Amino acid sequence: MSLSSSDVKRIAHLARIEISDAEVEVTLHKLSGILGLIEQMQAVDTTGITPMSHSQDVVQRLREDVVTETNQRELFQSIAPAVGNGSAEPAVEAGLYLVPKVIE
Amino acid sequence: MINKSLKQLGSMLQAKEISSVELTQEYLNRIAALNPEINAYITVDADKTLAQAQAADQLLASGKSGALTGIPIAQKDIFVAKGWKTTCGSKMLETFIGPYNANVIERFDAAGAVNLGKTNMDEFAMGSSNETSYFGKVQNPWDRSRVPGGSSGGSAAAVAARLCAAATGTDTGGSIRQPASLCGLSGLKPTYGLVSRYGMIAFASSLDQAGPMAKSCEDMALMMNVMTGFDERDSTSLQREKEDYTRDLNKPLAGLKVGLPKEYFAEGLGAEVAKVVEGAIAEYRKLGAEIVDISLPNTMLSIPVYYVLAPAEASSNLSRFDGVRYGHRAGEYTDLMDMYCKSRAEGFGAEVKRRILIGTYVLSAGYYDAYYLKAQQIRRLIAQDFENAFKQCDIIMGPTAPSTAFKAGEKADDPVSMYLQDIYTIAVNLAGLPGMSIPAGFAEEDGKSLPVGIQIIGNYFDEARMLNVGHAYQQVTDWHLQMPEGI
Repeated sequence: MSLSSSDVKRIAHLARIEISDAEVEVTLHKLSGILGLIEQMQAVDTTGITPMSHSQDVVQRLREDVVTETNQRELFQSIAPAVGNGSAEPAVEAGLYLVPKVIE
Repeated sequence: MINKSLKQLGSMLQAKEISSVELTQEYLNRIAALNPEINAYITVDADKTLAQAQAADQLLASGKSGALTGIPIAQKDIFVAKGWKTTCGSKMLETFIGPYNANVIERFDAAGAVNLGKTNMDEFAMGSSNETSYFGKVQNPWDRSRVPGGSSGGSAAAVAARLCAAATGTDTGGSIRQPASLCGLSGLKPTYGLVSRYGMIAFASSLDQAGPMAKSCEDMALMMNVMTGFDERDSTSLQREKEDYTRDLNKPLAGLKVGLPKEYFAEGLGAEVAKVVEGAIAEYRKLGAEIVDISLPNTMLSIPVYYVLAPAEASSNLSRFDGVRYGHRAGEYTDLMDMYCKSRAEGFGAEVKRRILIGTYVLSAGYYDAYYLKAQQIRRLIAQDFENAFKQCDIIMGPTAPSTAFKAGEKADDPVSMYLQDIYTIAVNLAGLPGMSIPAGFAEEDGKSLPVGIQIIGNYFDEARMLNVGHAYQQVTDWHLQMPEGI
């Protein structure tokens, strides 16, 4: 199946990646090549074949519901990115992360 | 010193003929001299490394040391290491300092090994040439104008240029084996689930597996003893008895059945590579192996299947990089959506974005059955090919990569031709089997000798036998002892 420029923009939006109009054309060309490669799969009859996700057919392990991690909030927040928009301060305040306002 | 095996280095350290600090300093000196050009390492931190070497010397003095105590190992920059910059080859993680240790790092630390630094790699392990790294391409020590392969290209170049005693790599579609082949070293991707993925930055979780990259199979066996083992923090880690991977190294090969898949010797295999592989097979006959012809009929489908499954899983795994808690955040943005989109557009390189977009597309509403589900069904057919083949043989042998190292830039603009580099390696990941590449000779190109590897594929959990098969070959050949000129 062939991809259009508007498909590329829609996918980029779903993936939360900004894409310029100039990039759309180049991306379209490269993605089409890869999808052409993928299309080879459609010639195979897979009726009745169980999909495979893990070679050993293992089941998810369960564990006791106990605390296994210690609180390392300060350590983890020490690598927070800078706020941006003119502020080089780390994007943390009172143990929380700073992001743009989402509720008016 | 730089050509000694891990076993020899271990004996010298135990006998106090050399200290870990002296050995480590020698490698640090070599890195300082050669790395500015080869670019095998992204991060070197002599203070941290030497502190570990001092601790190793104390361990050696106390008599509580193990086989790898005091030995300097290079770690692929995909493993989170506490206090170390951990970039995964990406601008996204340019300033990321590891807040904890990956299981692989913990295990080497516990063994008293010394972390020499973090090696260069394709961004988020997506590539076969190391050219997608944000931190610049890596030179192949055998011909500096050529690529080392990828994605573990920095680790491969570091071992080949003797900038470490051994290194770690990870392999999602060939990322240990292909660079091992292109740089003339030994590399092993274990059975999926043997090495914990905890703290190994995820690319395609159902395929990713870490393994050793070293000068010989004997070295790799010692590293496997350290790297493998159950870890409850990785939900796909397998609960198994601990094995000694050195136990079968010296077994005779008489009666070993080696299967040659006809699909691995078909169109697409370079003539020079084919010649080397045939030479290796002749050597195995002399060692008493019986050669049988086999078929893996779905080999060609492994590439399309992989380029659905790996990008799909990657698009999900890489959604965590949103500029909120760590990693790159855009300098200028309007609202939260704009912050996400700009942070990711700036933080990821072109190949990573391509794969996220492909993955997003194949997982988008209405396409799941046609792509992801279909790919997982064909994945089972590919695994069944191997299951059938192993009824006829003990080990499968063939080329690792279709060609020798190619020139930097040669395939950088053509993703599909780059993807075909992994035609012989990808099916092994899809099936979850162990695969290994060892040096088997050289091919001449433009007046330079370029290494060629052969691939050895084993049945599940057959790593000890594979290492035996490789070690036996390395006892009667010296391809693995060759060194590039000018290092």
